[in-house]
Amino acid sequence: MDYITIDSKKVPIEGEKNVLSLIRKAGIDLPTFCYHSELSIYGACRMCVVEDNKGRIFASCSEQPRAGMVIYTNTKRIQSYRKLMIELLLASHDRDCTVCHKNGMCELQSLAYRVGVHDVRFPNTKEKRPIDMSSPSIVLDPNKCILCGDCVRTCDEIQGVGAINFAFRGSKTQVMPAFNKKLSETDCVGCGQCAAVCPTSALSLRSNVTVVWDAIEDENIRVVAQVAPSVRIAVGDHFQIPKGKNSFGKLVEALRIMGFDEIYDTNFAADLTVMEESAEFAERLEKGDNLPLFTSCCPGWVKYCETKYPEFAKNISTCRSPQGMFSPVIKEYFKERDEKEGKKTMVVSIMPCTAKKGEILRKDNFTDGRQDTDFVLTTTEVIRMIKQMGIQFDKIQGESADMPFSLASGGGAIFGVTGGVTEAVLRRLSDKKDYESLREISFTGVRGEDGIKEAVIEHGGREVRIAVVNGLANAGRLLDSIKAGEAQYDFVEVMACKRGCIMGGGQPGPAGPRTKKRRMEGIYKVDMSSNIRSADENPAIQALYQDFLKGKEHKLLHRNLH
Amino acid sequence: MRLENREALEARRIEAKEAMKRPSHRILVCAGTGCLAGGSAGIYDKFKELAAKEEGIEVEFGAEIAHPVDTGVKRSGCHGFCEMGPLVRIEPSNYLYVKVKAEDCEEIFEESIRNDRPVERLLYEADGIKYETQEKIPFYEKQMRLVLKNCGHIDAENIDEYLAVGGYKALEKVLFDMTPEEVVNEISESDLRGRGGGGFRTGYKWQQVARQKVEEKYVVCNGDEGDPGAFMDRSVMEGDPHKMLEGMMIAGYAVGASEGYIYVRAEYPLAINRLKTAIAQATEAGLLGENILGTEFSFRIHINRGAGAFVCGEGSALTASIEGERGMPRTKPPRTVEQGLFAKPTVLNNVETYANVPMIINEGAKWYHSIGTEGSPGTKAFALTGSVKHTGLIEVPMGTTLRKIVYDIGGGVKNDVPFKAVQIGGPSGGCLVTSNLEVKLDFDSLKKLNAMIGSGGLVVMDENTCMVEVARFFMNFTQNESCGKCVPCREGTKQMLDILEDIVAGKGTEESLKMLEELGEAITNTALCGLGKSAALPVLSTLRNFREEYLEHVVEKRCKTGTCQALQQYKIVPEKCKGCSKCARNCPVNAISGKIKEPFVINQEACIKCGTCLDNCPFGAIVKES
Repeated sequence: MDYITIDSKKVPIEGEKNVLSLIRKAGIDLPTFCYHSELSIYGACRMCVVEDNKGRIFASCSEQPRAGMVIYTNTKRIQSYRKLMIELLLASHDRDCTVCHKNGMCELQSLAYRVGVHDVRFPNTKEKRPIDMSSPSIVLDPNKCILCGDCVRTCDEIQGVGAINFAFRGSKTQVMPAFNKKLSETDCVGCGQCAAVCPTSALSLRSNVTVVWDAIEDENIRVVAQVAPSVRIAVGDHFQIPKGKNSFGKLVEALRIMGFDEIYDTNFAADLTVMEESAEFAERLEKGDNLPLFTSCCPGWVKYCETKYPEFAKNISTCRSPQGMFSPVIKEYFKERDEKEGKKTMVVSIMPCTAKKGEILRKDNFTDGRQDTDFVLTTTEVIRMIKQMGIQFDKIQGESADMPFSLASGGGAIFGVTGGVTEAVLRRLSDKKDYESLREISFTGVRGEDGIKEAVIEHGGREVRIAVVNGLANAGRLLDSIKAGEAQYDFVEVMACKRGCIMGGGQPGPAGPRTKKRRMEGIYKVDMSSNIRSADENPAIQALYQDFLKGKEHKLLHRNLH
Repeated sequence: MRLENREALEARRIEAKEAMKRPSHRILVCAGTGCLAGGSAGIYDKFKELAAKEEGIEVEFGAEIAHPVDTGVKRSGCHGFCEMGPLVRIEPSNYLYVKVKAEDCEEIFEESIRNDRPVERLLYEADGIKYETQEKIPFYEKQMRLVLKNCGHIDAENIDEYLAVGGYKALEKVLFDMTPEEVVNEISESDLRGRGGGGFRTGYKWQQVARQKVEEKYVVCNGDEGDPGAFMDRSVMEGDPHKMLEGMMIAGYAVGASEGYIYVRAEYPLAINRLKTAIAQATEAGLLGENILGTEFSFRIHINRGAGAFVCGEGSALTASIEGERGMPRTKPPRTVEQGLFAKPTVLNNVETYANVPMIINEGAKWYHSIGTEGSPGTKAFALTGSVKHTGLIEVPMGTTLRKIVYDIGGGVKNDVPFKAVQIGGPSGGCLVTSNLEVKLDFDSLKKLNAMIGSGGLVVMDENTCMVEVARFFMNFTQNESCGKCVPCREGTKQMLDILEDIVAGKGTEESLKMLEELGEAITNTALCGLGKSAALPVLSTLRNFREEYLEHVVEKRCKTGTCQALQQYKIVPEKCKGCSKCARNCPVNAISGKIKEPFVINQEACIKCGTCLDNCPFGAIVKES
């Protein structure tokens, strides 16, 4: 086997594409800003420079390993370069760290501390630039940007959107939409993946924490929370709770302590979605209309399809997302009581997703001209509220959510991962609901991390072709192949974020490969421990259809497309 | 008319030679950008008018693009003697007239065309000697113009003139007498090195592309000549576009590519037009396009206009720009020869390099080795600018000494001020000083001096040049042109620039110099691309060679050349001042005060050094001290 020597340690080359991977394999956490294993190699931050035994200095991220190389990662020279790079970055950075909401989680801050920068020898050259607050989902603050390009590559390579890129040259270089547009005027879908990879707070989530606190304080407002499937397995991340562990009960209790009046489980609404979407799919299959049917629960995907592939917009399910179905149902439910008590019901949904903040503003998600969901709080914002109030999240016992909207099937829970919606719909469409049959469905190929998964199932005497996609760039590839006639499907599930909502833009970071895996396992654990596995077996859903929803199904559960 | 085979090409060449001979006189008006700016278009029109009126004298109406039958007045490419433009050359007598005006045309016509006599007053004159013919002028006599041979001598917009002087013979030779391997070998053996800056061996590059087992390959020509003051490539594209096209086609044949791209700066509209014309004519003649001269070889050439980013001269940024992406260098590997344009194997050379190719094919690698030095054979074109008597475009064998270039060809420093330095290689290069005058300019010897030939910009500086200001100028250029990708180049050069601006503003300290060195060393070692790695070189080089001058700026706060405005002081000599108050009344910042009829005083704190007082003083009582 071939070896290279890293700081006097012999390390075998086992197919690694760059020296950096070998250095990390050797147990040295060489710092980087612009290197991400899922993105192309960029080579801009120069933090990973190393020296070889011939005195050559090079960036290890873009250097191919060759047998016999001798590399030093921490020579005096390398130390001084690394320090200088940080100093240079800090010299053109808005250094108001104490009031920055990334304070304590900022990679620039922590690396500056780690490499020992105690003094910046240069005057600050950063000119104050305006902050782009135009998007309901994302805030772009160029004053915090270190131009590592992670956001640009994520938006382009992973999401296929390309809403932002570099503009200008030299020290005037800036990440921004083309032609000096605002984010809201671009194809940005609001997925928040740019913010998820941003090492500083140049890209961050648009926060609604203050207005929600205000509403809670207001006695005339009934503040109702709905909690999405993926929130429960990530909200504990910042409270020393094991990664992927279900903290739903704790979260309910915390929300109650904060002062939320009613707390419901969006998993219940996911069951509603399964009911509606299955019915729609069965109908389209029968008629052969607008196939494939594209799922509609991911607002990032819906906007992507509408802007980049408008010819497929008619294929998107007319169903609202679980969030979109739930809010009008809640408001309808409290309508009479509100009138009697002179109160106003406000729905705050707690989501792993930044694009949901945009979804609630869409006119096709309004009922009778009224915005149904009032505010979206991401998991990250709820964590911030818990911390603001000083709730000892790890110590509280946990409570149950409120009835009648909190009984949910396991099929609702798995909406949080890629393939989950499909699996839930297949459970609904299947005549057999026994353990073995459900197990069989889970092995059709809809589970897993692959970007595009395919499955063929038997339904109603015919073959049904299914595709499950995560990551919008993959969705673009799939649509291209459908357009070119190279592929044909009946049902396509798309989630904008890789791995699904568990890795949504509103989830807490940092989340490495291990966390990603734990979150996925966590979601399936919620499913496995549910007494009810399929939406149609949920008695609360059955009751809703028999009574409350009668005649209002279309108005409350479908997108208002007229 | 499409040439279907070798014989047809030969026949056309003979015809073209005849056509070129036919006029009894040829008047060549330089149409290089410099001369055009000096009014050569008007001169051309005037001559055309005169030639049209003439009956008694046989002035053949040759070819021009818009009209198939026209005058013997040609719009030639750059003659290179830009300092003396507009230039007019008369053939066959070879009189070269300098600084010609439209009013001179009639006299030139009368004397030189009708009577075959020179117009004495328009001849070039140096040291009391008048030079009748172009070839005798020292500026030309000491040069060796191989690449630039046709520039200024043939009509750049007429393919037949290129054919008449042996154009496309090399293409013919490779297509009919050589295998692609033989072509690659010939170029390898010639040791031709890239003229764009790096000096990379062209043959090796071609070899690597040739051996890639990919169907689609590209030949790209870098015409994004961005160094301030450099215009070698522009002159070739404007003056002899076919030579470069021929070089690209030969590269295409050698490596197995059938598409070529020329990346030209949009600031070179004339070059773009001439190239377009040349491509159209070559295509029409069947020298470009499908099955060239009836062979299997097909080649098309496209022109891409660059939007003026200096960094697009870097290979991967250039290919990204052609692809429509932001022009930013990327990490290597993969290298351009493996994955260049559209991620396909790509030969990327600059204009001058391609222009060398036809003669190497025609004359052979051995002949090529007889010129220049062993490690750097051939010639090199330089744009000679700055404080030198004869600025312009020159071509000399590699290994020519700096002294020969500055003094023999350039005619020495302007106004006979002592020589100080030469900045070579533009913003990526370094400076050469008096002790380097005997240095032979080639790739390797300059590397030893921490300088580089670069694309060939040579800026001569005299004793009145402030080297700190020179360093600031180049750093300002580099910072503005940095693509902004890697931290050292984007932020490091910004800090270096700020420090240099402090120094020229009198705010520097000795600490500033140390910081410049620290930053310079770090940028050189850690930047992503070649441009970043060389960004600090002008500063490091001037710091090494002129440290005293830097120290004067930071310690004594003095710029002895008088360049750095902030370091000047305006003072009133009390003995000369009559106390008229004119200076005080004209001072825009009220920095001057005093009593009438007594000497006035300038408040140095308030003074903005605009010099208004000095210009206004009727008694010469105000002096500027540096």
